[in-house]
Amino acid sequence: MVLVFAEQQNGKFKKAALEAVSYGAQLAAQQGTECAAVVLGAVNDTSELAKYGADRIYHSSQAELNNFNSKNYTDALAKAIELSGANTIVFSDNVTARGIAPRLSVRLKAGMVSGAIALPDGDGQIKKSVFSGKAFAHVKVNTDRKIICITPNSVGISENQKAGGQEHLDVAVSDNSITNQTANTLSGDTAPLTEAELVVSGGRGLKGPENWGILEDLAASIGATLACSRPVADSHWRPHHEHVGQTGGTIRPNLYLAVGISGAIQHLAGVNSSKTIVVINKDPEAPFFKAADYGIVGDAFEVVPKLTAALKEFKTAQGN
Amino acid sequence: MKILVCITKTPDTTTKVQFTDNNTRFVEDGVQWIINPYDEWYALVRALELKENGIASEVHLISVGGADVEPIMRKALALGGEQAIRINLDNADTYNTAMQIAEYAKANNYDLILAGKESIDYNNGSVPAMIAESLDMQFVPNATKLDAEGNALQLEREIDGGKESLTVALPAVVSCQKGMAEARIPNMRGIMAARTKPLTVVEASATEALTTISSYELPLAKGGVRLIDPENVQELVDLLHNEAKVI
Repeated sequence: MVLVFAEQQNGKFKKAALEAVSYGAQLAAQQGTECAAVVLGAVNDTSELAKYGADRIYHSSQAELNNFNSKNYTDALAKAIELSGANTIVFSDNVTARGIAPRLSVRLKAGMVSGAIALPDGDGQIKKSVFSGKAFAHVKVNTDRKIICITPNSVGISENQKAGGQEHLDVAVSDNSITNQTANTLSGDTAPLTEAELVVSGGRGLKGPENWGILEDLAASIGATLACSRPVADSHWRPHHEHVGQTGGTIRPNLYLAVGISGAIQHLAGVNSSKTIVVINKDPEAPFFKAADYGIVGDAFEVVPKLTAALKEFKTAQGN
Repeated sequence: MKILVCITKTPDTTTKVQFTDNNTRFVEDGVQWIINPYDEWYALVRALELKENGIASEVHLISVGGADVEPIMRKALALGGEQAIRINLDNADTYNTAMQIAEYAKANNYDLILAGKESIDYNNGSVPAMIAESLDMQFVPNATKLDAEGNALQLEREIDGGKESLTVALPAVVSCQKGMAEARIPNMRGIMAARTKPLTVVEASATEALTTISSYELPLAKGGVRLIDPENVQELVDLLHNEAKVI
């Protein structure tokens, strides 16, 4: 049995959770077994998980599990593993997984692979990203029970309708060391950076935070999420969570459109797994052009508004 | 409050990563080793600030590795901290590393254990939570803000698409990232003082590795950039739609 942790946020499943279920279902098919999902906290409708391959869904709607607590969530997962007899446990590799998966690894003495980007190969080896995206490693898990944390946007979502039978999960919640827990998710309808398919990113070439309007317009024209380079975040032109690169976020969107970023090796590490890279820079010698699929050598302040207009026109012609 | 800060050595961020022996070994020749930035800039500096504010009584540093981690441990001691502990074990996997640190921490009663959110070489981000599990402590991942009041921590942490604020009772393990503190440069006095601070070597106890890296691979090189005339951005829109199929 493969067991997938399907994380909810505000009662809904995120795209990355559905991707983890899709991955779990493929893994179960590879192993000739079933795929179960586990859901913690209040969710109105868990049947969505069946659409992506969950044969069974363990759900605990206890209010104490609405908020993340590393100890209680680990207890809940351990209970679901016991009930399902799961031998492989799958997480979407995000900040929540980092509070649960390693604890389970110790508790069950199960080897774990984080940052996985593919299904295990014929020898059971799992490919993962290392050196913050500069390379990949093939990892062998030496234990019978395995924990795999799959990087968002690495395998994608695939529909695979299964029965999705509901199983009640009753968890003894014992830890109360966390209090005053308040979550603030940023408003707006763009996807968070790790899940975003389209990303527009700005660097020092934009000269100052007051010039970000042209990038915001460009991002809005295609529904992209904004990102930035390290100097931009360090100068407080943009918030830290937008920083991508070796010491910021590592992302793998379908499109990474970089404006005014030279492409230092540390920045490339965080974004070079993007499927398509577009670079706009006035310096034809900018190293980023070597890592790009498409490039425009030109002044951002002239090129970006033109590109925004062309994209808007394209979107209108497409009917959205 | 007694704080233990976990540090690890990583290649400098400008390192061009290469492998040898049929892609089974990372080439260390010419690599500049640094303290993992998340451990140094955020976990260590915040611990030192708590000491300076009179909140922490002691700050100890710990690393698992061979004698070759000592230079970065001295560098960390130059920033601050009373003493450092090196657990003598090479090439441990994350489980192995975490078990060694947990064993030492258990015997030495720390109120707070800090580490970076992940190392920039293997990016596992699993050692801090493994330590917490082993010591039956609470764990908070990816904290961006940490303040202490009495026997509790006021934290802010990253969540998908936003942040969360919370209060955690001690003892606890917290992993740290950007936002928590600003990087520091050691001064000459710190560098001199670090030479004589105690750096204790503890022999590792036997544990097993749960995972093994069999081989490495470099990303495929891009086929070469296709340059588009800045006067003809429509061509880029067409290529993104028809060729790359991303819009």
